[in-house]
Formats: sequence, C-alpha cells, structure tokens
Amino acid sequence: MNIEKNTVSKNRMIENIFSKFFFLSAVISIMSLVVIIIFVFVKGIPAIIEIGLMDFIFGKLWRPSSNDFGILPMILGSIYATIGALLIGVPIGILTAIYISEIASKQIRKMIIPMVELLAGIPSVIYGFFGLIVIVPLIDQTFKNGGNSLLAAMIILGIMILPTIINISDTSLRAVPKEYRENSIALGASKMQTIFKVVLPAAKSGVLTAVVLGIGRAIGETMAVILVAGNSPQIPFSIFNRFRSMTANIAIEMGYAFGLHQEALFATGVVLFVFIIILNLGLNLFIRKVSD
Amino acid sequence: MKSISRKLVSILLIGILVVGMFSGCSKANDGGSNEKYLSIVGSTSVTPVLTKLADSYTALNDGVKIDVQGIGSSAGVKAAYDKSADIGMSSRNLKEAEKEWNLIETTIAYDGIAISVNPNNTVEKLTIEQVKDIFKGTITNWNEVGGKDEEILVISRESGSGTRGAFEGLVKLEEKDADGNKFSALIEDALIADGNGAVKANVASKDNAIGYLSFSYLDSSIKTLKINDVEPLVENIENGTYKISRPFLLLTNDESSKVASNFIEYILSDEGQDIIAEKLISVK
Repeated sequence: MNIEKNTVSKNRMIENIFSKFFFLSAVISIMSLVVIIIFVFVKGIPAIIEIGLMDFIFGKLWRPSSNDFGILPMILGSIYATIGALLIGVPIGILTAIYISEIASKQIRKMIIPMVELLAGIPSVIYGFFGLIVIVPLIDQTFKNGGNSLLAAMIILGIMILPTIINISDTSLRAVPKEYRENSIALGASKMQTIFKVVLPAAKSGVLTAVVLGIGRAIGETMAVILVAGNSPQIPFSIFNRFRSMTANIAIEMGYAFGLHQEALFATGVVLFVFIIILNLGLNLFIRKVSD
Repeated sequence: MKSISRKLVSILLIGILVVGMFSGCSKANDGGSNEKYLSIVGSTSVTPVLTKLADSYTALNDGVKIDVQGIGSSAGVKAAYDKSADIGMSSRNLKEAEKEWNLIETTIAYDGIAISVNPNNTVEKLTIEQVKDIFKGTITNWNEVGGKDEEILVISRESGSGTRGAFEGLVKLEEKDADGNKFSALIEDALIADGNGAVKANVASKDNAIGYLSFSYLDSSIKTLKINDVEPLVENIENGTYKISRPFLLLTNDESSKVASNFIEYILSDEGQDIIAEKLISVK
C-alpha cells in the first residue's frame, strides 16, 4: 500500500519536473522572439525619428556619406524581386506538387521527393554562387546589361522557394479525402478536371500557406541576392536593372557603418520586420477568409 | 531507464555548452584589463598585413596579446578618438573634421589603387579626368575614350569602404551639398561589389566593366590601365608619378599605452617593413 503510494508520488514528481522543463523550453523560444524584437526596435527607432519616418521610407536617395537615408529603392527592390520569384516559383511548384501527389507512380514519387528535400537543404550561398557563375553571365551575354539584375535575383529566388511550395502543397493535396476524387470521377469528370476543379480547391488553404511561406523565404533571403543583384541603391525600372534588397542593404554596409549610418541599417531591419509581420497577418486573414 | 540516462547526458552537455559560452565571455573581458593587451580596429584593407605583423610580434614577445579587427576606416579613426581601441587603422588620409581630433598619425605603408578593366577591352589608358567622368556617369560609352561602341559598366564598393573613400578623394569624385557636406558623386546604377575580391571577379567576368582595387589584389585575370600615361607600378608610386595611391595609417591618442608604441616601433623597424614589403610599399 505504502509502496504504491510512493511510486505514484514519484511519478507525479517526474511528470511535474518534465512539464516544467517543457514550459522552460517554450519560454526560451518566445523570449528569443521578444528579445530580438526589442533589440531591433530599440536600435532602429531612434534613427527613424532622427531621419523622419516619411523621409526614411519614401526617400529615394541612399547616400550615407551625405546623410541621405531613403530606403524606398530597397523596399521596392525587395517587393519586385519577391513578386518575380512568385511568378516563377508558384506555378512550377504547384504543378510539381500536383504531379507527384496525383499523377506520378509510387516509384517516381519516391524518386522526386528526396530530390526536392535536397533542394531545400542547399545553403543559400551556394544558390547565390550558382547564380553568379551561371545565370548572371547568361543574362549578360543575352542582354548586355552586366548580368547582375532584378531578373537574376527573380530566377534564383524562384528556384529557392520551390521546395517550400512543393512540400506543403503536396502534403495538403494528399490530405484531400480519396472520396472526393472517386466521386468526381464517378460523375464522369476527367482526371484533369478532378485535379483542377475538385482536389486543388479542396486543398487551397494549404497551397496558399505554401505561397505565404515562399514569400517569407524570398523576402528574407540575403546572401544569394547580394551575389546576383548588383546592389546599386536605385529604384529598378525594368527587370534588367541592378537593384538592392533591404536585407542586402543591411548585410553589405553593416561591417563599415557606425553612428547614424549604423542606426539607419537597424531601422531598415525594423521596416523589414514590420513588413513581414503585416504580410503574414494579412495573408493569414486572407487564407482564413478563402477557406471558410 | 536507458533513455532517461541518455536524456540526462544530453541535458548535462547542454549545460556545459551554456557555461562554456559564458566563460568565453568573461575571458574576453579579462583581456581588456591586461596591460599587455592591445586592441586594434579599423580598415579592412590594412587588417591582413597588420594581422601578420601582430602574429610575428607576439611570437617575439611573450604574454602580449593583440586583437586586430577590420570594421572600416571611418570606424577605426573614431575608435582611436573615443579611446575604445588602442590603435585605429585607416586606409585613407584623415578628413578635415577628423584632423581636428589631434590623433597621432603614423604612416606604416603605401598602397596603390589600380583602375582595371577586362582583358578583352581595347582601351589602354585614361586620364584622371576621364576616370572621374566615367565613375560620375558623364562618360557612358567606351567609344568616348577610344574603345569599342559598348556601354560602360561601372563597378564600385560599398559606402564606408576605405578604398572607395580614398579613390573618390583622389579622383575628386565628390560634390558638396547645400550644407557643405561632401558626398559621393558616383553614378547611381554602379554595380556595388562587396570587397576587393568581388571587384576583381566582376571585372574579370564582364567585358565592359571598369573597377578600382588595391595593388595587392592585381593579377592577370584583369587589365590595369595607365593613368595620365603612367603605369600602375610600385616604383611609380615611389617616384610620385602614379597619383592614385594612399597611405595606410595607424592612429593613436595621447593616452595610448607603452605596448602600443612598442608595437608601432616594431612595424617601422626593418623586420616589420620587410613583412609590409611582401605586398605593399614600405615607408623606408
């Protein structure tokens, strides 16, 4: 009787310790988020106040040597590059996901999935290097513009977001119940009609999530973009222009900056951060609306 | 049971790692209070040679620790001024505002900046005036300076770079705004390469590119141009005919320690200058 009680209380104690331990882990994750937010904002806000919010966000000139800190070129550069990456990556990604989840045989599926995972595991600097030695010279030969351009960044980012889009779309497509497909085919729809009119709409919230994560990856990518973008702080007017993304702006100049220049780089980080938060909230809201 | 003990081991390991992290911090802090510790910060162009000098100096002098960090010329000058470092490194002359800080300047070496183009380019020489106009964007085609009918691709460095600062000062690629602040007049769509090596790689791979880089990075993958009919050679810097050169400066303040002055003395000695002469121009 006594022994039994002992083991029960001992079990309870271990349970207690472990639940505290898990709680501690959760606290550490959330604390790191909070600390990062505080740090970036504390370092960045003073610069935004000193420069002026409007001058900072809508200023077209980035010239630290004469205290011109306008990041509109970088904001637009990031947006354009991301849109281009989506135009390239989303159709290819979704069609690949449809192929491996709906059409391909089991053997082919087993071959493609590990390759896509490998694509996800390639470090971004390798993507950038590939862009620098293959895509940039190719664009240079074709269009005689030096090669480093918005187009090069769009292509590299388009490839980089493929694994994210394929993996998540594939998972959500496979989660669509088998009965949907069987019923559709029983009603006389062809396989393609079934895929595009039944399965894809049923999986749309998952597919949209894939796109959102793809946007996150594209807009946050730094190293690969630095290598192929040319990094001129100007507003790009065509896809053949050189441009600089917000992330590249921070990474390139941080090593040399001090004083207001350095604070302006932190402020660029604040803008990027706010940007991503708004994007995530907006798109999540949109996804919820669409899937209802 | 086995899995619990494994968990314990992993928790222990994490604990050790965390403790290790903090002990690393405290060690670095101890270094600051050590009298034989020297912190040197500044130009990334000077960093490689100074690291070499620091290695050979610490090998000769027991107990001296030298920490060299490349964070850019401007930051180096400022660090020497606000005493956050023992010695600041600069790869350009001091600006007028910086001269008022009364820092002690020691020139330890000279470095040339070569204007280079792709080996396929037919242009052999430019005047300083033409170089300025190209980087400013008033000359945009190679045929304006005797080359092919191709658009010029200007390659520059990130703002804050000492090499860029020195280059822009030497070819007068600067303008003044309404408040009298100097700013760079570089053409806006110049390709910005991240470091001397990246400038070289871009010039080597792009037929119509032009860039500037430190003499120590020159090799046969790029072609250097004569400036005002003078070859970019070490001896032409020494005899003063090649104008685009800059000093490597060490900056100290009136409170700099004995260790700092000993180290600078060593750099200026024959032995130190021999190390410098491997890639740069010695001051002797």
